Order: sequence, then C-alpha cells, then structure tokens
Amino acid sequence: MTDAEIKNAIFEGLRKIAPESDPNALSLDADVRKTLDIDSYDFLNFLIGLNEKLGVEVPEEDYGKLRTMKDMVDYFSARISQSSAK
Amino acid sequence: MPSLGADMGAAILMHWRVKPGDKVKRGDIIADVETDKGLIEIEVFENGVVDQILAEPGKKLPVGTVLAVIRGEGQAAAPAIMPRPAAAPPPKPAPEAKPPVRVAPTPRPRASPLARKTAQDLGVDLTAVKGTGAGGVIEQTDVLQAAAMMKEEKPLAPSEKFRRAIAAVMSRSNREIPHYYLATEIDMRRALDWLTAKNAQRSLKDRLLAAVLLIKAVAGALHDVPELNGYWIDDQLQKKDAVHVGFAIALRQCGLIAPAIHDVHLKTLDELMVAIHDLVPRARAGRLRSSELTDATITVTSLGDLGVKSLFGVIYPPQVALVGFGKIVNQPWAEAGAVVVRPILTATLSADHRATDGLRGAQFLETLNDHLQTPEKL
Repeated sequence: MTDAEIKNAIFEGLRKIAPESDPNALSLDADVRKTLDIDSYDFLNFLIGLNEKLGVEVPEEDYGKLRTMKDMVDYFSARISQSSAK
Repeated sequence: MPSLGADMGAAILMHWRVKPGDKVKRGDIIADVETDKGLIEIEVFENGVVDQILAEPGKKLPVGTVLAVIRGEGQAAAPAIMPRPAAAPPPKPAPEAKPPVRVAPTPRPRASPLARKTAQDLGVDLTAVKGTGAGGVIEQTDVLQAAAMMKEEKPLAPSEKFRRAIAAVMSRSNREIPHYYLATEIDMRRALDWLTAKNAQRSLKDRLLAAVLLIKAVAGALHDVPELNGYWIDDQLQKKDAVHVGFAIALRQCGLIAPAIHDVHLKTLDELMVAIHDLVPRARAGRLRSSELTDATITVTSLGDLGVKSLFGVIYPPQVALVGFGKIVNQPWAEAGAVVVRPILTATLSADHRATDGLRGAQFLETLNDHLQTPEKL
C-alpha cells in the first residue's frame, strides 16, 4: 500500500468523525486531534475504522505516536511494511 | 406531549409509528417529535393496546397535550374522546415564528398615501411602524426600513434553535438553583494502570475509555451519598434509587447534550462502553429517545480532551448535581513522605444547596476518589 493510499484512508476516517472539517486543509505537522476537535471517543472510533481499512491494530501505548498527519502516515506505512515482510 | 427537558414548551408531532389496535409494550417507540434538540423518538411506558390516536402529525403541540390513548392489558376500550390541547399553556414556550403581519390596523395609523400603498404591497403592518415624518406621520422610507427588518427575521437554523434551548435551560438553572462548588484532586495511577492492562488484552473494538471508569465511579459514590442523585421538585429533594447518568456529549458544531445512560449502577464497564457506542452516534445524528432526554438523575461532563484542568458546570434542572472532570495531568504528588509524579485528575462537583450542603458534597468527592483507587471493583 502506498503512502498516498494510506493518506486517503486516513482522510476518509477523519471525514467520517468530523464531517464538517476538511482534512485536506491540514498541514502535515498540525496536531490532528486538536485541529479537528477529536475527543477520545472519536479517536477510538477513528482507529477502529482504520483497522478495518488497513488491518492495523494500534496498541494503546502507540496513541501518542499519531499526533500529526505525517506521524500517522509514517506509522501506518511502517506497520503495514512490517506485517507484509513477515 | 411529554416534556423532554426543563426547557421544552412544545414540539411538532412528526409521525406515528403505531395505529389504533396495535399492541405496544414498555419501551416501544410509538412516535417521532421534532424539538429544538432534534428529532426525538417517543417511547411508551406501559404495556397495552393503542386505543385512540388523538393528535395529527405536522402540528406543534404544547407539553401536556394528549396525543393518544393506550388501553392497559385487559382493560375495556375507553369511550372516544376528542383531541384536546394541554389544559394550561407551557411555562416557557419555545420562541415562535412571528405571526404574519396584517394590513388591517385599528386604529388607523397616520401615514402618507405612498407609505400606505408600499406597506400593502410589502405586507408591512403599519401599526408596528414608527413614523419619522412631521408629527409622527409614517413615510415610505419608514415602511421600507420596516420591510427590510422583517426580511432579516429568518426562521432559525437547527443549531440556533438548539443554542436557544440550551440558553433557556441554563439561564433558568442559574436563576433558580443556588449552586455550590467543590473540587478535589484524584491520583489516577491505579485506575489508568488497570485500564492500560485491560486494554492491552483487547482489540480496538473492545477497548474501554477512561470515561467509563469515571461514570461508574460516580454511580458508586452516589450509592454512598444518594442525596446527590435525584431531583429538586416542589421544594423538596426527590432521591432516586436508579442512577441514570446524563453523559455530556459534544455535538461538534452545535453545542452539547447530556442524554441519560440508564441504570449505570447495574451495568458493567463493558456494558457502559456499549451504551456509549450506541448513544454518541445517535445523539450526534439527532436520534435520541424521550427517556434519554428526561431520565438523567445527575450529569457527568468532561473537558479533559480539550486540556481543561477543571470545570464547574451549571446543573441541569431539576437535577441537583453535576460532576465535572478535567484533563489528567502528570504532576508532582506527595505520597508517604516523598514527592512523586502521578497522573492527577481534578474532579469537581456543582451541587444544589437546597438539596445538600457542602459536607455531603465533600463526602461524595471523597468516596468518588475511593472508588477510583479500586478500579477492579468498579
């Protein structure tokens, strides 16, 4: 899966939980949760949605690694590469 | 028409989901009504048979209007009754659209012929127009100005209606309830360690949020201090045995709402999480049930996700208490003669001084802390 496809999946997930927002307007280093006003419940649902799309189960201790859009793309890209290398 | 909150004076009956002769049981949804808080599903509170439908969909009806007659199980059919409005007008009706202006002033206001014709063309009521001409005569410019102002009075958008509903109930609360406020700091290390260990064994779908521990701990504390669980009605405290927690849910662009999670005292943490997964999307979609709007016996609200350390809320009448939670912050904490770093949560209580005193409030916060120190028992 390419980074662009991962980014699309992230955008789709964000639009689902914050339909009034435009994820395209996010800069790569913006704090996604703060910028889009995503609370713990929404964030959990966002990760559940991404798990269904990308097949990545994010452990709770990794939540802090998903602050910005760049963080997210890098994280999921690495996790997907790891699982396909196995 | 049931009252679906202290702020509701009337609602529009949108449609029936039952017809005469249908069997219904407690909890069935029988109709949908449109309120300032969105489309609400009306439940029935007893088993029986729909005997008569008395209200037509599409009408705005005051609280108390008889909508239908439900015959209890084994009862004979009631004699037909005519639809009737509520006996008394609601205490605080929701803001209504202004009635259409009439061009039939009595007595006849003083206006120039041109102003009179313009008023007729534009549908402006001259009795409501202030004249600026000689001797107060209404001129055409006065009419045009009045017409322009009428145009600006558009019907309210749902978010504006919602905001007004919140404004009405919060103003009433601040006016009528003598609030007192208390705060305490709670070491969340044990609760969070327990939660982390639990969630580590679970898939994303089954994970618990810290919010469910807090809600359940509130129910536990209310068991010990029941005076905070109930309503202030008719100048007296009505304590409730069941704990129905009004859980504040942000509606993103449109305020917040605190629908009831029923029987929190009887639910496990997993059941509470399921209830939240069910409630939040419905609240945001404007698809709550009548009992969820009316049954809360206390409200729990959290602004921790936004970085707020403590909050002192406004009680939702006729409830007598609101518990607020802020952000869990790592900070220095004295323990056993040493200073350590702990995740600290500031819990606050806003309570109705008519129903309780600060002493009971303090006992509540203390026991809330106790419950959070033994998360495995929640």
